[in-house]
Amino acid sequence: MSELALPARIALVGNPNSGKTALFNALTGSRQKVANYPGVTVERKEGVVVTPAGLTVRLIDLPGTYSLRARSLDEIVTRDVVLGRLAGEDVLRLLVCVADSTNLRLALRLVLELKHVGRPMILALNMFDIARHRGFEIDLDRLSAELGIPVVSSVAVRRGGTRDLLTRIDEVIGEHGMPSVEGTWSEPDAAALRVTQRRADRILDAAVRIPGRPDGFTRRVDRVVLHPVLGLVILLAILFLMFQAVFTWAQAPMELIRSGFTGLGVLAGSVLPQGWLLSFVREGLISGLGSVLVFLPQILTLFFFILLLEDFGYMARAAFLMDRIMGGAGLHGRAFIPLLSSFACAIPGIMATRVISSRRGRLATILVAPLMTCSARIPVYTLIISAFVPARTVLGWFSLQGLVMFGLYAAGIASALGMSWVLNRLLWRQDRSDPFMLELPDYKRPILRNVALGLLTRAQIFLRRAGTTIFAMMVVIWFLCSVPPAPVDATEPAINYSLAAHIGKAMEPVLRPIGFNWQIDVALVPGMAAREVAVAALGTVYAIEGAAEDPGELGRVLTAHWSLATALALLAWYVFAPQCASTLSVVWRETNGWRWTAFLFSYMLALAYLAAFVTYQTALALGAG
Amino acid sequence: MPATARRFCNEKPTGGMRALGTAPVGFRGRIRAVQVGAGDHELPAAEIERQLLELGFVEGARVEVLHQGLFGRDPIAVRVNETTVALRRREAAAILVEQDDG
Repeated sequence: MSELALPARIALVGNPNSGKTALFNALTGSRQKVANYPGVTVERKEGVVVTPAGLTVRLIDLPGTYSLRARSLDEIVTRDVVLGRLAGEDVLRLLVCVADSTNLRLALRLVLELKHVGRPMILALNMFDIARHRGFEIDLDRLSAELGIPVVSSVAVRRGGTRDLLTRIDEVIGEHGMPSVEGTWSEPDAAALRVTQRRADRILDAAVRIPGRPDGFTRRVDRVVLHPVLGLVILLAILFLMFQAVFTWAQAPMELIRSGFTGLGVLAGSVLPQGWLLSFVREGLISGLGSVLVFLPQILTLFFFILLLEDFGYMARAAFLMDRIMGGAGLHGRAFIPLLSSFACAIPGIMATRVISSRRGRLATILVAPLMTCSARIPVYTLIISAFVPARTVLGWFSLQGLVMFGLYAAGIASALGMSWVLNRLLWRQDRSDPFMLELPDYKRPILRNVALGLLTRAQIFLRRAGTTIFAMMVVIWFLCSVPPAPVDATEPAINYSLAAHIGKAMEPVLRPIGFNWQIDVALVPGMAAREVAVAALGTVYAIEGAAEDPGELGRVLTAHWSLATALALLAWYVFAPQCASTLSVVWRETNGWRWTAFLFSYMLALAYLAAFVTYQTALALGAG
Repeated sequence: MPATARRFCNEKPTGGMRALGTAPVGFRGRIRAVQVGAGDHELPAAEIERQLLELGFVEGARVEVLHQGLFGRDPIAVRVNETTVALRRREAAAILVEQDDG
């Protein structure tokens, strides 16, 4: 292929909240794909655009940044792609700098910095309609002359709003377009930043008339939403509604996925002959994938709200409201969204920590995210609570079962905050947390299309993860649970003859002080696949058919076999236990190695043992044995 | 310390100057200096200074304190020219501001 035939590569750069991703979506539509940059876990979004002149262009959406100076993982990638330093990435033909027309001051400084890169550049003044509506007067020609680059207006959310930009792209990358020149960028120091900002301010004064009044809507909403007391109440109410939705809306699709995988299992049973292949396909492949994929609806429901609130501009406010509360534990305000996501599943939560710029801040968030009560714990909690905690009201109003459930959630949150405190103060001896500085963007009407495309991306990432690392772990667990196979004259369930049973029985002396019998120990092994799998595994060990579908029967068997102390100890165990191979594999990837993964596994295991031990012994002493 | 900052400090040691970190909600003024003391933060002072500059906290910028958190009146939301930025009072202590007249 000749060099001319290769599609030109163009990158979108810009400040956070400049509407860059909305513009990317408008330009590429659904013709986009998400992958990781080679060797790093930063998402790489690329799409294809065909220009009016018929050129095919590959467009890259880079993470938002204020400068090419890099601190977080995201920003390092932005810098290296822009400078053409990243191995495996082609050199860019053109930079499109995207700016919020109502907030040009910082964007112009970035433009002036980016000019040193030496690539051709276009400045796209996004949200131009909002700016005009609010009374901004922007002289595009003057701005273009002052900056020395083409400047176009764009409205990402309106049809045809990107026409000027596309036409200008054609001009710049066409045959008589602008060439690249030698780059002279170097990291600016404070003095250089001041000089550039002063230049940007002068250009702004010359080319833009800014209305005296700020956005009235944003001011009015913030007066309520950022009110010290009312703001927290509203945040709690929003969180409450989100969780309601996560646990009600997601029910139907989850049932669908469950029965779908059950159906697949039945199908496999009718097609394949009895034997290890069937066992591998049915218990390894189908149940393994099913046990993780079943959480997709909850993850997507939660992300629907997060993306919606993010698009509206609320998420930065939530970080503002939570910063002090989390900062006391040494967590960054930006850790709020990752930890929130972890209530559905720790995997998207851990992956969302990439926006945290400090390495320790990010690591602390990754290490405590699995303590948040993920939805895989719920089946275990409900099974034990409904079987052992009497359904009666206390204090005249509260259901005792509900209170226990609430207590388990609270224990998860408290231990996450406590662990972060321990990590920061004792392990890293860091008595000051990293600075929290975050732009609070003006509120915008959320664009459903952006939310939908964002959700699609989330789903893609989760499915890819489930299809690779997570899947490999599932196969290992299947192997442990089905090898060696049960003898022909077996009287007990097959799992009781497997390696898992050997492991479980070997663990019995260790786990006896916390009240676990060998049946529980065996169920813990397949429970490594996902916490909720332990429910089905208990059913298997106690030889109850269909335990996952009807936990009532299993509950009755458990009350006959376990003491209350054992049941409570198991609840305490599940608050902390690192019973999730998928989480461990994601932590492995995100922290680049086994060290922190091993640390996570050990500290959670130690906490789980300690909590179960204290619970069991206390319950025994109180006569619940 | 940048030359400009030192000049401003020496010229007006008290006057209407105060650290933005101590300003109450409703405060309006102009930034006269951004100077991060060494050892005040986990990150190097020069890094904090650059982060503040990148978010628009430069000498001459108009600021208004809009909101504050419940606990310890921290963090604060500050209008800087046309941008609103949330930051903690600890970092805002590095920003010296002069109150608007009237």
